[in-house]
Amino acid sequence: MTDTASKPGQTEVWITGIGLATSLGEGLDANWTALQEKRVNVDEKGFAPFIVHPLLPVSFDSQIPKKGDQRQMEAWQRIGVYAAGLALDSAGIKGNKDILSKIDMVVAAGGGERDLNVDTGVLTAEAKGANAPGFLNERLMSDLRPTLFLAQLSNLLAGNIAIVNGLGGTSRTFMGEEVAGADAARIALSRIASGESDIALVGGSHNGERKDLMVLYEFGDFNLKDKFAPVWQRKDHAGFALGSAGAFLVLESKAHAEARGAKPFAKLSSVVTDLARRKQSGDMEATLDKLWDKLPKREGKGAIISGASGAEPATSEERDFLKKHTDFPVRATGTMFGHTMETQFPLGIALAALAISRGALFPPNDSTGTEIEMQGAPTQIVVVGAGHWRGEGMALVEAVD
Amino acid sequence: MTAPRDKLGRPVVVVTGMGITTSLGAGKADNWSKLVAGESGIRTITRFPIDGLKTTMAGTVDFVSVDPFSSTGLSERMAELVTQEALEQAGIGAKGDFPGPLFLAVAPVEVEWPQRRELGRAVGKPDFTYDDLLRISGGGKYSAYHHRFMFGSVAAHLAETFGTKGSPISLSTACASGATSIQLGVEAIRRGETDAALCVATDGTVNPEALVRFSLLSALSTQNDPPQAASRPFSKNRDGFVMAEGAGALVLESYEAATARGAKILGVIAGCGELTDSFHRTRSSPDGKPIIGCMNKTLADAGMTPDQIDHINAHGTATPENDKMEYNTTSAVFGDLLQKIPVTSNKSMVGHTISAAGAVEAIFSLLTLEHQRIPPTINYDNPDPTILFDVVGNKARDARVTAVMSNSFGFGGQNASLILTREPA
Repeated sequence: MTDTASKPGQTEVWITGIGLATSLGEGLDANWTALQEKRVNVDEKGFAPFIVHPLLPVSFDSQIPKKGDQRQMEAWQRIGVYAAGLALDSAGIKGNKDILSKIDMVVAAGGGERDLNVDTGVLTAEAKGANAPGFLNERLMSDLRPTLFLAQLSNLLAGNIAIVNGLGGTSRTFMGEEVAGADAARIALSRIASGESDIALVGGSHNGERKDLMVLYEFGDFNLKDKFAPVWQRKDHAGFALGSAGAFLVLESKAHAEARGAKPFAKLSSVVTDLARRKQSGDMEATLDKLWDKLPKREGKGAIISGASGAEPATSEERDFLKKHTDFPVRATGTMFGHTMETQFPLGIALAALAISRGALFPPNDSTGTEIEMQGAPTQIVVVGAGHWRGEGMALVEAVD
Repeated sequence: MTAPRDKLGRPVVVVTGMGITTSLGAGKADNWSKLVAGESGIRTITRFPIDGLKTTMAGTVDFVSVDPFSSTGLSERMAELVTQEALEQAGIGAKGDFPGPLFLAVAPVEVEWPQRRELGRAVGKPDFTYDDLLRISGGGKYSAYHHRFMFGSVAAHLAETFGTKGSPISLSTACASGATSIQLGVEAIRRGETDAALCVATDGTVNPEALVRFSLLSALSTQNDPPQAASRPFSKNRDGFVMAEGAGALVLESYEAATARGAKILGVIAGCGELTDSFHRTRSSPDGKPIIGCMNKTLADAGMTPDQIDHINAHGTATPENDKMEYNTTSAVFGDLLQKIPVTSNKSMVGHTISAAGAVEAIFSLLTLEHQRIPPTINYDNPDPTILFDVVGNKARDARVTAVMSNSFGFGGQNASLILTREPA
C-alpha cells in the first residue's frame, strides 16, 4: 500500500519552512491577516464570465534577482520560484550552501503555459483558408519563442528553483493535477521518515490567470461562472474558480532541524493517497473514509482543511464525508484562494502548520453550516485533497510536543 | 543467489518482468534481435506533413494505432502494451490486480493541435479571438478532451486497467524520467512499503509542435537523408538527437517476494543515483561535477566500486555537447578503467525516446546481461577523436557482462544513473 504513516523507529518530520505567494498576498503574515479578515481576492471581470483569484502582485526581483532568469520563466514558474525562495528564507537556509547542496526537491507541477497569440494566429489563418500542408510547421517555426518550451516543461519549475537558489540534491517532478501535490508530500515525507533524506523542499505553483487552462477545464464544464460564492454554497452553481498561488514547504527530520537550531511550525505525521475509481456515486466518499481510517489516531483538538474546489460531483461527495466528522471544524481553501490545482494540497499543509503554530484556526467563510467556529488552539489538522476528476489525498499535521 | 538484503541492509530489488516497444518493433524478442543486428528504427515522418521543418525524421511508432489520434493517447496505448508484456512475463498477481503501486514516467500533457484545430473550426467564422474558443469549449461536447488532457489521465487509466494499488504517480524529470520511475519503485520496495512495484515509462510525442520546440533549441539532428544515419553518438559529425517514441515497463519485486513465489529473476537493480545540476536550464555545469557526483552516488548506492562495472549503457544522445560531457565525466569517475569498459548508445538505433529513454535503456541493459552480448552503436564511421570511449561500433560484441551502468541526463539539470546486475552483489 502507499501510505506513509510515521512508523515506530522512524524519525519525526518537521515543517520548518513555509513559503506562500497567493491571491491574498505574499508571506505568512499577509496571508494570515487576510484569512482573519475573511478577505477574498477575486476578479469577476477580467476573464468574464469566468472567475479567478489573481496573484496579488509581488516584486519577483527579491527572490529572483536576475532579470535573465525571470525572462526564462512563464508566470507559473515565477510564482513557484518566488514561493520556494520564501520557504527557504522561512526555514533559515537561504544561501546555506551545505544544506542547499543536498536538499531533495519534490515538486508538483502542471505546465504548458501557451502563447495564445500564436495559437489564435494559426487557427484564424486556417479559418481564412490557409491549408498548405506545411502551414502549421512554418508558423510554429517562425512564431514560437525558442525559450517558451522551457517555460512550459513541467520539470523546469524544479529546474528554475535549483538554478535560482543553487540547489544540488535530488529533483523530482510529479504531475497529475491535485493529487500530485499530495503525492509529492507523501514521497518526501516517507523518504525523510525512513532516513533516505534529511531535508526536502516540497510544493507547487499554479497560474490561474490562463485562458488555455480555462479551455481545458471548460471541456468538462468545471469553471465557475458569473458570480463568486464560497465553495460549499455552489451546489446549484457548481464549478471552481482558478487561483494563482505558489506554496512550498521545507520538511526536515527532527534531528536535522535540532542540529541546526531550527524551530518547527508543526510536524507532518502522515500523508496517504489513493485513486478512487469514481464509477459510481459514493466511490470517492468511500475512498476518503478509507484514507481517514489510515491516518494515525486523532485524540487532540482537531480541525480539517479541505481543498474542495466547488466542482461537482466531487465537492458533494466530500461534503458527505465531512458530515461524518462534524466535531472537526472545516475550512475550505478553495473559497479563500481559489482552486490552485497541484498547489492546493501543499497550500493546505502550509495553512495547517501555520494555524497550529499561531494557536488558532482561521475563521469560517460559509453560510451552509459546513464550516463552524473553532475555539482554542488546534493541535491536529487533517488536510483533505480530493481532485476535481481523479485522485484523493489526506495528511495529518500536528503540533510538536 | 542467497542474499535477500544488500550491503546496506535493504531489501534487494529484482526485475521479474519487462515489456518494451520502440520504433524497432513491439516486444523484447523483436527489439533485441533488431538491436543486436544494428537495425535503425529512424524513418522519414509520415504521420504529419514535414514541409517547412528542418528535421523530417524520427523514430516514430507507427504500428500502434490510436483513434482519435493524440500523442497522449499513443503514450497511453504503448504503456498499456508494454505493461501487458511485463506482467505476462512476471506472472504476478491476478489479471487486473497488481500487488503494488505504479510509477509512470510520462511526457507533460497539453491540448494538442488536432483538438485545437477542431475547436477553431467549430467557431464557424474567419475572424475570432481566444475568447471565442473559450466560449464554445463547454456544454459537454468536448468532455472527452478534458479527461484525455489531464496530466494524470494515463496513469489513472493504467492503474484502473492493471489494478495497481494506491495513488499512481505520474512524473517527469525530462530525459531522465524513465530512470526516475525505476528509482521511485526501488525506493518504495527498499522502504518496505511494498513487495512489488510497476515502473512504466512512455513517450509518444513526435508531433509537429514538439519537433519544432526541440528544433528551435537546435537540439535535433538535421541529417535527414538517409534517416537511418541521422543518430550518430560519439561520432565527429554528430549534430543532435533524433526524437523517438517508445515505452518500457518493469515489474520490480523484493528478492524475497520474488523467490518466495518462484518467479524467474531477470536481473537486479543494484543501485540508483540522482544529482541536480543548477548551472543552466539546458546545459550541464562545465566542470561536470553534478554528473560525476551522480555516477558516484549510484556506485555508492550499489555498494560497488568502478572496477566492478563492465559495461556502460550511455545516455549518448548524439548532441555535440552531451556526448563530450558524458565522456569527460565518465572518464573522471572511471579513470584508466574506462579503456576496458565497452560503451554503447541504444539511441543510435531507436533514437531518443525522451521520457521513456531511461526505462527503455534499462531494459536493453538487462537484455545485454541476459544475452552476454552488447548491442552496437551504429553510424559510428567517423569517431570523435576527443571521445576515447571503447565504443561498441556498428557490430554487436559478445562480452562478459556482470554489471551495467545506465545513464540519463535531462533538461532542467536532471541527472540519474542506474546500476543493473545479473545477481545480487
